[in-house]
Formats: sequence, structure tokens, C-alpha cells
Amino acid sequence: MTKPFLLGAVAYDAKVVTIWDGFQRWFAQHDFAFDYMLYSNYEQQVEGHFSGHFHVAWNSPLAWLQAERIAVRTGRTVKAIAMRDTDCDLTSVIVVRQDSPIQTIRDLRNKTVAVGASDSPQATLIPLLHLAEAGLEPEKDVNVHRFDLLVGKHGDHIGGERHAAKALIDGRVDAACMIDGNHLLFAREGTLPANSTRILAQTAEYDHCNFTVLDTAPIEAVARFRELLLSMSYDDPAVRPLLDLEGLKQWRPGRTEKYALLARAIDRFHTVDAFVDKVSNACR
Amino acid sequence: MTASNAVELGRLGLDQGGYLLIKHALRTVPVGSAIQVSGESPELAIHLRSWCRTQGHRIDFLSQTSADHAPIAIIYRGGAETGRWVGAQSTGDASMPQQHAPACWGLAGRSATVEAGSPSFEFPLNTRTEVWAQEVARLYAQALAAQWNPIAAIPWNEPFDLPDEIEDAVVQVMTYLIENETAALIIPARFAAQIHPHFREVMQLLAIQAADEARHIEVFTRRALLRRTKLGLSTAGGQASLKTLLDETDFTLSGMLLSVLGEGSFLSLLSFLHQHAPDPVTREIARMVSQDEARHVAFGVAHLTWHVNEQPSCLDRLAIAIERRHDMLANTAGLNEEVFDALILLAAGSLQPEALRAGWNKVQTLIADMDQGRIKRLRKIGFPDSKAQSLSALHTRNFM
Ligand SMILES: [Fe+2]
Ligand SMILES: [Fe+2]
Repeated sequence: MTKPFLLGAVAYDAKVVTIWDGFQRWFAQHDFAFDYMLYSNYEQQVEGHFSGHFHVAWNSPLAWLQAERIAVRTGRTVKAIAMRDTDCDLTSVIVVRQDSPIQTIRDLRNKTVAVGASDSPQATLIPLLHLAEAGLEPEKDVNVHRFDLLVGKHGDHIGGERHAAKALIDGRVDAACMIDGNHLLFAREGTLPANSTRILAQTAEYDHCNFTVLDTAPIEAVARFRELLLSMSYDDPAVRPLLDLEGLKQWRPGRTEKYALLARAIDRFHTVDAFVDKVSNACR
Repeated sequence: MTASNAVELGRLGLDQGGYLLIKHALRTVPVGSAIQVSGESPELAIHLRSWCRTQGHRIDFLSQTSADHAPIAIIYRGGAETGRWVGAQSTGDASMPQQHAPACWGLAGRSATVEAGSPSFEFPLNTRTEVWAQEVARLYAQALAAQWNPIAAIPWNEPFDLPDEIEDAVVQVMTYLIENETAALIIPARFAAQIHPHFREVMQLLAIQAADEARHIEVFTRRALLRRTKLGLSTAGGQASLKTLLDETDFTLSGMLLSVLGEGSFLSLLSFLHQHAPDPVTREIARMVSQDEARHVAFGVAHLTWHVNEQPSCLDRLAIAIERRHDMLANTAGLNEEVFDALILLAAGSLQPEALRAGWNKVQTLIADMDQGRIKRLRKIGFPDSKAQSLSALHTRNFM
């Protein structure tokens, strides 16, 4: 039996098992031995990756930046080989109540802004960078109310954003941050009734998750894995339910230029410095 | 760009259902082709962008704000929606079921289009030959129209006064009927869950049949407790007979034993109770229940006739099932003595010798009547005369 190509993923929800079990079956049908291991948080996964526990990581954008920085510090190289079509060109929005007197970002001075988990790029880090670059330093010029659900999952779980949205509707906060698509989703599920809110600001574009490999990954297997991913078609009934569960229509080649916004945020807030130090020193 | 390729949302937001107009317009153009969208909802651009992303459509923005109804974006139709229906299965004709219903059709209604990759459901009764009947849609409609409300239909308060031993006899007959009705509820309810929903009418008919039996249990119980605080006796032999019915897992054989022979015999019994019961409440209950039972028997006969017609060798299986049940019950008492005696008393109406003689004769007539009914139905299904007679004679002494 050939050794399987191993993926590391974070179990942010029970459906993760269904998804990767399904992909494992699909890969097996295409004569590709694939297996996966699950971590409870991205920090464990990034450490595991550098310890050689698996070949490819399904990384959050923050985990990608962590890996990239550790690689720079330890003389390794990382590559993003593929990503979801739905993870490209995202934006986050800062939302206020429709009847709120707040008209511009500057009106948020000394007000309270609800964000998601402290390590969520879309619901916390990128929106707070947007405020900071507009002259409102978080915790200093503007109060930050964190809905710190499931730290370590990098905001993959939607719960924090939903709590922030509810707090806005209930009047407990003055503004709430979320990924653009969730504004529409929360309207649809009734968390944010239509016309009850107004979008105050929209951030610049950024990308989300990718499949990350280190320079030690087996070249042929990585190439075959990537080729198979990119060949997955939404027309194929065997793979369509998995794509639906994972929330994409098509895998795309990886790209890294749109992580710049998040990189700027974590530089400013020193979000990953201690972690990068710790893992880099351990690797040396 | 034609009018249908341009969507004017006005002030309708995507969070107020505006995406339906866009979906509709996209369906009018081929995959890869474009539509224009304009509108004034303040969040429109942000919502369009995230909606297109999740739906797999490419979007190009023309300007961030819309002035004079100028289009704000062009959306290129993605292939996901058409991709979803590649390899989808048709589930046949709405009016007539297919011979075989595959597991992958699942719960879909007949003639629906089922997405490829839908989950499989193991419904063991999945061929037309084994479940269908010519009459089934009509019988279901009839059953629906003939539902009755026990509170209104039965004259519960009509005065009557029976000697104690006659009232006891009525209670004993009710006790017997209740357990028979319980078997008659459980069996169709169980099969209803095994029929492939493609044969919807059969599933529906069995469901309403179970509801009929629920009502029968109710009225018999209520009559038994009208003048008494508890029911009568339940015998091992009677329950053993019913257990063989519950143990029969084959739908067709079960239809034979329960509906054609059992409920068929009950038609005679209910007609006997309607004519000879000593009180107006029992007489009316028997009349109402008998209408329902006639439908149950009609479906049993129609289903068996259909099956034998499609597969004549099935007659041998039916005969063997009747013989096997007879052998299994050969060493049990069959109809309990208490029930038999109660029927005589009930028909006699008193303990006077002349009345008892008349009651005895009426029960003899009932038993002959049941036999004639069974022979008639066995012949209808396709058994020759002599075989119908010998098989009827093997029927359980418990009647059901
Ligand atoms: Fe009944
Ligand atoms: Fe019945």
C-alpha cells in the first residue's frame, strides 16, 4: 500500500469530517491515496506542518501568514497551491443601524464596535485595520466589543459575526463588523431584517483560505493533488455535495498577493508575533 | 442588449428578494452570456458582489453609484446551475407509476426531476407488480370522502337497558374486536413505511386505512366502557392468531391473510352485529365500521387481483401461505369460547331458552356467511372453485 498524501485541517465544525471523508473517497476513485488529520486550532496545525506531520495544510489566511513568516525566519519556502473561487476578492463591511446618527467612520469615535473572534481576519482584524487607517485606533479612539467565540479557529465559525450582528440590532453596540456576504446572509435568516441596517464602510479586497505546502512536500504527489482538485467539476454529482458543503463551485490556482491587507493588520496589531517567534525558535 | 437581459431593481434590495429578478434574467441567457443590472438600493453593489461570488457568476462593476438608472454591473452567467442538473433523473409519468422505482428517486414525487447524487432510500416495496392495484386512486379518494367523526356519527346517549349478562357479552365482543383492530392498524402502518413513495396512492391508502382502524379501536373501546369500567378477556389463542398476521412480512401474503380473508370475514361479523346487537349504539357502530372495512377488503381484493394478473404463479404462494398459517394455528384454540358464547348471547338478547336457540342459529348462519364470502373473494382473485372452498375452510377460527 502506498503511503497516503496527508492533509491537515482544522475542525471548526462537525461537517469538516463529512467533507474530507468525501474527498478521500473521491480521490481514491481517482487512484490517489489521500488521508487527513484534524486539529482543533490553526496554531497546532501550523506547528504540526513545520514538524512534518502532514504534507498540505488547509490554511486560513491568518494561518497562511503565520506559516509564511515562520518560513522566512527558518529559511524554508511556502507555497499556496490552490484555493476556493469563493475565497477570492472578499471585503468586510462595518454596519450601523439604519436610524443611527453615525454617518461617517469618524462618527465612530468613542463609540462601541462589535467584532468577531480576536483571530478572525474578516470580522475583526481587517475591519479594525480599516478603522485604524482611518484614524481611529481600536481600544483607544473606539471601544471594541469582541465576540470571542472559538478562538484558534481564525473566525471560520460564523457564530462570532452573528453575535455581533445581534448585538447591533439589540442596541448593545453602535456598529458591527462582518464579511460582505454575511450582511446578505443575515438579512435572509432574519438576524438583520431588511432596511434595519446601513453599511457605513467597506474594506479593500482580500483573499481567504488556501492549500499550503512547504518545500519538503513530495513534488509529484503535490502536483497530482492540485491537478485533481482543479479538475473537480460542479457537474459531477459525486463531488458536488462536497463542493456545496465546503462552499465553492470550483477550485482555483493559489495566489498570495491579496493577503497584503491582512498582513498589514497583523503588523499593526502584532497578532501573530509571539506565535511566530515561538515556532521559529523551536524549529531552529 | 435586449430588455430581458437588463434587470432594473429600482429600490428593491437583494436582501428583499431582488436576487430573484437577477436569477430569472440569468436563466434567459446561455452560460457565459451577460445581463445588466441597475438599481438604487444603497447596499446593492456590495450585495451583488457577494451574491455572485457564492452563486459562481462573474461580475464587472460599471460604476459604484447608479445615476439615471444607468446599469451598475454586468453579470456573466456561471455554469453551476446547469451543472447541478446534469445527469438528473426523470421519475416517470405523473399519472401512472413505472414498473420499478429505483432507490435514488428517494422521496421525490412522481414525475419530479431528481438531482444526480441524491441520497438513496431503501424502500423494500418498489415494484408495481407487488404493490399496485387498478382501483387504488379511486379507493383513496373514496376513503378520504367517507371519513366520519365518532362523536357525531354514533348515538352515544341513546337510552338502552340490557340485562347484566347481555351487557357483559357485548363488552366481551368489544374486547375481542379491539385487539383485532389493533393488528389491523399496525400492519398497514408498517407497510406504508416500506412502500416506495413513487407508488404514492398505495402509501396514502394504507395511511388512511391505519387512521380508519384507529377510529375503530376508539369506538369499540368507548362502547365497551359505556356501562363498565374495564374490558373483558383476551385469550392466548386469539392473540396467537393475530400474531401470525403481524409476523407475515410479505406485502402480498399479508394482504391475502389480513384484508381478503380476515377483514372479509369481519364484514360478515359487522353485518351480524348491525342486525342482531341488542342496543342501538353497538348496531350503529357496526354499520359505520363496516363501511370502512368494505374499502379495506376492496383494496385487498384489487391488489391481489392485480398481482395475480401480472404474475399468475403468485396463486401458489398465496395458497401455501394460507396452509402454513393453518398449520401454525392447528394447536391453538382459535376463537375463544368466551367470544363465541358472547356472540350467541348478544344475538339472543336474553337467557330464555327460545332466545338462546335463535341466537345459536344466527351464529351458525354467520359462520356459513363468512365462509361464502371468503370463497367468493378467493374466486375473484383467480382460485378455481374447489381450491377456493378448501382454502376458505383452512381460515383461522379466530375469524381474523
Ligand atoms: Fe377496522
Ligand atoms: Fe380494516
